[in-house]
Amino acid sequence: MMTPMTERVRLQVRGVKKAFGPTAALRGIELDVRAGEVHAILGENGAGKSTLNKILAGALTPDAGTVLLDGEPFHPSDPHQAHRSGVAIVYQEPALCPHLTVAENVLLGAEPARWGFVRGAVARRKVEQALSEVVGSELVLPNEPLWNLSLGERQLVAIARALAQTDCRVLILDEPTSSLTAEHVERLFTVVRRLKQRGLAILYVSHFLEEVQAIADSYTVLRDGENVGSGVMAETNASELVGLMAGRRIELLFHRSPRTPGDLMLEVKDLAGEHKPVEASLELYSGEVLGVAGLVGSGRTELVRAIFGLDLIRSGKIRVGVFAGPASPMRRWAQGVGVLSEDRKGEGLAESLTLAENITLSKLRGLGPIGFVWPHRQMRAAQTWVERFGIVCRSVWQRAEELSGGNQQKLALARLLYHDVDVFLLDEPTRGIDVASRAQVYQHIDELASRGKAVLMVSSYLPELLGVCDRIAVMRRGRLGRARPVSELDEHAVLMEATQG
Amino acid sequence: MTPAQSSRSESTARQARLRALLVGSPWLGPLIALLAVYCLFAALTPDTFLLGVNLVTMVRQTVVVGVAAVGMTLVMVAGGIDLSVGSLVALTTVVIAADMRSGGGPLRALSLALLVSAVAGLVNGALVASLRITPFIVTLGTMSVLRGTAKGLASEQKIDVDPHGLDQLMAFVPRELGWMLLPPGVWMALAVGALAAVFLRYMYMGRHIVAMGSNPLTARLCGVPVSRLTVAVYAIAGLLSGLAGLLEFSTLTVGDPTDSIGLELEVIAAVVIGGGSLSGGQGSVAGSLFGALLLTVIKTGCTHVGLANWVQEILTGVIIVVAMGLDRLRQRGR
Repeated sequence: MMTPMTERVRLQVRGVKKAFGPTAALRGIELDVRAGEVHAILGENGAGKSTLNKILAGALTPDAGTVLLDGEPFHPSDPHQAHRSGVAIVYQEPALCPHLTVAENVLLGAEPARWGFVRGAVARRKVEQALSEVVGSELVLPNEPLWNLSLGERQLVAIARALAQTDCRVLILDEPTSSLTAEHVERLFTVVRRLKQRGLAILYVSHFLEEVQAIADSYTVLRDGENVGSGVMAETNASELVGLMAGRRIELLFHRSPRTPGDLMLEVKDLAGEHKPVEASLELYSGEVLGVAGLVGSGRTELVRAIFGLDLIRSGKIRVGVFAGPASPMRRWAQGVGVLSEDRKGEGLAESLTLAENITLSKLRGLGPIGFVWPHRQMRAAQTWVERFGIVCRSVWQRAEELSGGNQQKLALARLLYHDVDVFLLDEPTRGIDVASRAQVYQHIDELASRGKAVLMVSSYLPELLGVCDRIAVMRRGRLGRARPVSELDEHAVLMEATQG
Repeated sequence: MTPAQSSRSESTARQARLRALLVGSPWLGPLIALLAVYCLFAALTPDTFLLGVNLVTMVRQTVVVGVAAVGMTLVMVAGGIDLSVGSLVALTTVVIAADMRSGGGPLRALSLALLVSAVAGLVNGALVASLRITPFIVTLGTMSVLRGTAKGLASEQKIDVDPHGLDQLMAFVPRELGWMLLPPGVWMALAVGALAAVFLRYMYMGRHIVAMGSNPLTARLCGVPVSRLTVAVYAIAGLLSGLAGLLEFSTLTVGDPTDSIGLELEVIAAVVIGGGSLSGGQGSVAGSLFGALLLTVIKTGCTHVGLANWVQEILTGVIIVVAMGLDRLRQRGR
């Protein structure tokens, strides 16, 4: 091994379990990380990586199991305590204060002070030391306001903060590169290698296999809240890792009615958004379900938003049937396109409004004469869909926030059917809902396709994409790959494309 | 089903109906509060407070705040706020007076005033929608701009003119027109309130406003033209402030650039007491009107009882906070 690896195990995780309500996020995790080692945590979306991070960072308390830090029990009650004990976490988008300077951010909450005044000289020395350790010869000015810094630079500041404030022993990097440019990734790697030399134990959480292979010494793969494999990075390969990540799953039952693809309903050509997607082209036909796979943050949601006119686009063409022109949500609805937001609570539903209002909001015209909306007609329209979707509620005049997640999702989907759109853009249609509701959503999607509707479906859950879709395209770092028939694909192939490129 | 079960299911059905009534009628609480306070003062000073004249006086005193509160209701339901109301009312009185002084008839003067106020509202809306500055800041700015404009237009003096009959809008009804019961200005205000209530409750644009205030992202997602609607809402609110200014002129019969300072706070208080929320999506025209009346009843009642001005102010403040507290409790209880 090319790295000076001390034999001391710095962080030990033994049988850690965590459940959220009825769903188990972690089912007994085991993990050993040595000092001076970069240990990669791998797994698909929802495998339990974030939960594990949060437990180590003190943001969550485990239901069972123990964590040892340098042999001592480590059970932080809050993130602050974890930080003081020497376990620091740097998130994808670090929580820093944009209005303060780099130096202030580095020391925030641990300023060397006497009688309430910050001791300037001591503070400066601490900041400079931390910054020089992290960014080396490269210059990040301590007095620069943070808002001037790029995301990559902010991450470095967050790392410096972890080093300056405590005797940092374990550093957790949570998806550090998903929003970084290649150049910034390289710089981050240099920093990580330097910190490794110093004897820190580094947990490196990422989806990107090539990156992990470049930086990590060892790995642990999580799947459905369990560790399914771990070892030395040099002794494995990408294909084996993907195999561990995907595994064999319980077969879900997907009903497939006969579908006959028809007219071209939606054509996207060389679409580029403000940031993402970088480049996306697709063709969606009536009577088919086109899946978009990819990692979280790869730009799938942005693709949907750009198509619907919710985000600005930089270049490219979108054609809906015969309509080309500029996009706005109002126009898209009028053209027969409807969208289901991935953010059900924040965007998809107006939770303080009633079910009836939420279902009919996109098309209130026609529920009364000249601009009027008669409540009884609104109620009747909503009632139809509430019954057809089997939404469990007391009345359609109930507020949407009182429904369960599954029922809320069906409510959001009912809006598109009430509006009677022809093109369905569904972003994570089964996120956060129970199995029974999932099955119902699959059934509705299948029925739509067999009735000749065009469905574009974004999902992080591969089995459902493979089960529901006719073709799947994979998004990777903002670029959408070619759509291929499901018959040519399996989970392994899709994951390889999403994580490798 | 056993009798006990059926009575239980009956009582839950009754609860559900009651709940639906409370949720569907947000003005019910303010109305009850209004009646309670009214009865309180009526019991304390039955000789003077219960007189018909007193009732008419209170209604007349409420009209300006009431009309402005109708506009503010729309703005606050849409998730915004308008601090420029008081300045706009003052500017309107000045515009009317200045125009009449330069030889304009009452119709021309009031048309001009309403035009000015609608444009002022439009500017508010355009700034909020296009610059994405929070409405609080935008209207804080226009509050000052409009006040300054009014003062400049009036050369920092009151403009005294012959009201050419505009004062009749708010004058006590003469004996031979006793069937009118209330001055025409009050009827105008009630008509405006009724129209706005129907607009907000039963027209798709009104429902769009509620949706926008409830969750602007959802509204946008559902194709509600959020920017355009924002401009429209502030323009309507400006127009209603202009109407309030007209009624204010009718009461004062002078154009006064220093009139109605702080009126916006009273208007906001009326909307908030009436069930409106600073975070949008909630509120009703009827509730706001009851809120406006409640403020007047407290003021008048305190005078009748003989309480000093400062006591009235403290009482008004306490009632606003208590009303909010009750609303919170009601929301949490749901």
